[in-house]
Amino acid sequence: MAEFEPKVVAFVCNWCTYAGADLTGTSRMKYATNVRMIRLPCTGRIDFMLLLQAFGHGADGIIVSGCHPGDCHYSAGNFHARRRWMLFRELLDFAGIDLRRVHFSWVSAAEGAKWAELVNDVVNQVRALGPYDEFPKRLNRQSLEQLCSVEVGR
Amino acid sequence: MNESKIILKKSLGEWFNMMTAGGYRVVGPVGQDGQIDFEPVTSPDAVRFDHVQTNNSGKWVMFPRYEAMMRFRLSGKEVQAGEIPPQAPPTVLFGAHPCDAASLATLNAVFTWDSSDAYFEPKLANTTIIGLSCTKGDSYCFCTSVGGGPGDTRGSDVLLTPLDGEKFLAEILTEKGKSVVGLAPQLFSAADGTSKEAALAKIPARFNHRDVTAKLPSLFPKEDVWKEQSLRCLGCGACAYVCPTCSCFDIQDERDRYTGVRIRCWDSCGFGLFTLHASNHNPRHKQSERWRQRVMHKFSYQPERLNVLGCVGCGRCSRSCPVDMNLGEHVAALAEIKV
Amino acid sequence: MNELQQTAKDLLEKNAVAVVIGYGMGSEPSLRRAVFVRKPDQAPQLIFDESCRQNLAFYVLKPEVKALGKAAVVARTPTLRTLLQLATENQITDESVVALPVGNGSVQPLTNFAAIEQYLANVPRGFTAQEQQELAAIKSKTLADRWAFWKSELSRCIKCYACRAACPMCYCSKCIVEVNQPQWVPVPSDMLGNLEWNVIRAMHLAGRCISCGSCADACPAHIRIDLLNQLLATEAMQQFGAEPGLSVRKDYALATFKPTDKEEFIR
Repeated sequence: MAEFEPKVVAFVCNWCTYAGADLTGTSRMKYATNVRMIRLPCTGRIDFMLLLQAFGHGADGIIVSGCHPGDCHYSAGNFHARRRWMLFRELLDFAGIDLRRVHFSWVSAAEGAKWAELVNDVVNQVRALGPYDEFPKRLNRQSLEQLCSVEVGR
Repeated sequence: MNESKIILKKSLGEWFNMMTAGGYRVVGPVGQDGQIDFEPVTSPDAVRFDHVQTNNSGKWVMFPRYEAMMRFRLSGKEVQAGEIPPQAPPTVLFGAHPCDAASLATLNAVFTWDSSDAYFEPKLANTTIIGLSCTKGDSYCFCTSVGGGPGDTRGSDVLLTPLDGEKFLAEILTEKGKSVVGLAPQLFSAADGTSKEAALAKIPARFNHRDVTAKLPSLFPKEDVWKEQSLRCLGCGACAYVCPTCSCFDIQDERDRYTGVRIRCWDSCGFGLFTLHASNHNPRHKQSERWRQRVMHKFSYQPERLNVLGCVGCGRCSRSCPVDMNLGEHVAALAEIKV
Repeated sequence: MNELQQTAKDLLEKNAVAVVIGYGMGSEPSLRRAVFVRKPDQAPQLIFDESCRQNLAFYVLKPEVKALGKAAVVARTPTLRTLLQLATENQITDESVVALPVGNGSVQPLTNFAAIEQYLANVPRGFTAQEQQELAAIKSKTLADRWAFWKSELSRCIKCYACRAACPMCYCSKCIVEVNQPQWVPVPSDMLGNLEWNVIRAMHLAGRCISCGSCADACPAHIRIDLLNQLLATEAMQQFGAEPGLSVRKDYALATFKPTDKEEFIR
C-alpha cells in the first residue's frame, strides 16, 4: 500500500504569506505538494469556522499564516486574529481535537524559505499522525455505502 | 386476535435473544435517571422498567433526526443523481408506553394522508411495538385527557403490563405481535383471565379533548390569550423534538461545488425561520403566533383534517421545556375560557 | 408581602415601570417560571429562592415583552452582569431597564447602569470551587478521552437550539446556523453538525459570556455545554483580563488586542 499522503489546507493572507509562498515558487524551492492554499485578504478575516470546514471536508492538517505582528496590511488584522486563535486553540484542545494538526505561523513576503520549511514540517508531522478519520465528515463527502449505513440520529 | 398470556421477567432475556436471532434490532429505554432514551439494546438487563417517561420519544425509529434521501454530482455538464433507498431494518420497539404507541397513529396519518411517504412507511411496516403499560405517572402525564390511558392498547402489537416485580401480562394484539411472541412461544403461559387494571397508574383527566377541539377555532382570534401564555416561551425547538407526534421536517441540501446530498431533518414550528418567506415576510412573526400554531395544529387542525389528535399526553414537551411551558396546563386553561 | 414583592408593587403603583419580570411558581413545587407582573395586586406572585435560576435578562430583548413597556427585572448577579454586557453591546440603553437585585440582601431598585456597576463592585465573582473542579476534571483527561467524552455528549444533541434561545447574549436576529448561502453549519444533528454548532456557539460568546449557566439548564439532553463557555471565559480572564458585564465599556476581549498577547504557539 502506498504511504499515506496527508491533505493539508493552508489559509493564508494575501499580503504576506501568499506573497511569501509565491517567492518560494519563483525561487524554485521545492516543498511538499500536499498543501492546498486558500488566499484570504487578511488573517483577521480567517473565520475559525473555515478550519472546522476544512476538517469536515477531509483535511488532515491545517496551516494558518499571515503577516508578522506590526506588518499587517490593515494595521491590526493579525493582532485580532491572534487573540481569536489563542481562545480557539484552547477550545479545540478541550474538545479533544489534536493541536498537532493545526499550525499557526507568521510568514512574510520575504520568507520564501520559511514557507517551504513550514509546509514540509507540518506535512511530515501530519503524515506521522495518519489520516484524520476520527473527525466527522460532511455528509456529501461520504460515499453512498457509508450514507446508507449511517446510524441515523435518535 | 386479542389474546392474553403471562411472561416472567426472567424469561425476557431469552425472548430478546430469540428476537435478535430472528433478525430484529431491539430498541428499548436505557440510561440513568434523568437521561433515559430509546437506544438499541441486546439484553433486558439494560432496559429500564421503572421510569415514568424517556426524555426523547422513540419516534426516531420511524422518523430519524436526519435522513439522507438523494445524492447528486455534477460531472462536466451533466448532473448525476441517485436515490438513497430507505433503511428499514426489522425493529422491535420495546417498552414504549401506551402514549408512545398511540403516537404512531398520528405520525402515520401525517405521512400517508395524500401519498405514502417512501421513508416513513417501510420503517413503520417493519417496526413491532412491544408496549409497556404505566404503573406510575407524574404531574405532566395527561394521556387520559387525550383519549389514551396507562393501559391503552392502541398502537401496540404486544402490550406488557407489569403485574408484580416478577411477571407481565402480555396482550397479543396484532399479527406482528403474534410473530414476535411466536419466536419463543414456550416463554408464555396462560393468563387465566388475569386483569391488568389494578396494576395501572391513575392519571386524572385534565380536560375533554373534544370540547377543546370544538372550541379552538373560536379562540384563534383571541390574541391576548396566546400572547399571555407564550410570554415566557423562548422559541426553541425542544418541545417539538422530544414530541412523539411532531412530524415537521426541513429538506436540506448538504453540498459543495460538485457533490451534494439531500437530507431531511427535524424542524420545529417554534422557530421563527420555520415560516419565513423568501420575501422576508413572516406570516407567523411573533412567538405567540407560533405557540398558537403548535396548540391549534395538535388539537384542532389534525383532528379536523386527519381525524386524529396531534397529542398523546406523554408530557415530554413540558418536562423538557427550559421555561416550564406546560402544555397540559395551558390546554386545560384554554378549555376553561368562556367563548 | 416580602421586600421584593413590596418593591415591585411600589414600582407598578408609581408607574415607574409597566411590567416586573420575575420568578413565580412553576408546574412542580420545585420549579419556578418567569412571570410578568403588570398589576400591583399581582406582586405577591413574585418569589425568589435557590430554585430561581433562569437568566431573566433574556426577556428584556424579547419583542413581545418589550411591547409591554418599561420593565423591571428580578436580577440575580449573572442577570445584572448580563444587563451591563447588553449595554456594552448597545442592545439596551441607560435607564431603560430597572434591575431588582436579589440574593445579596436588600432589594434596592437599580435604575441606571452606574448603579448596577456600583452594586456589582461589592459582589463576589469568579467560578465556584465546584465549577472549577468540573472544568479541571475534563482538562485532566487525555486527548483521546476528551474527544470520546464530547463525542458521546454531543451525540445526544438534537439541535433544538434551546441553548441559543435561553442565552440572553445570543440576540442575533439571524444566527450563523441560519446563514444558508452557503450553509455554514451542517443542518443535520449529526456529529459534525453538533460539533460545529457547539464550537461556534462557544466562540461567538467568548469574552462576552457571563457564565450564568442558562444554556446548560435549558438543554433537554443535559449536555454540559456551559463547560465550553466556562473554559473560554476562564481563558479570556487569564489571558486578557476580560471580565464581561462588570462595567459598560465599549470593548470586549475579541474586539480588541494587545501587542503583547502571547504567541509562543505561532511560529
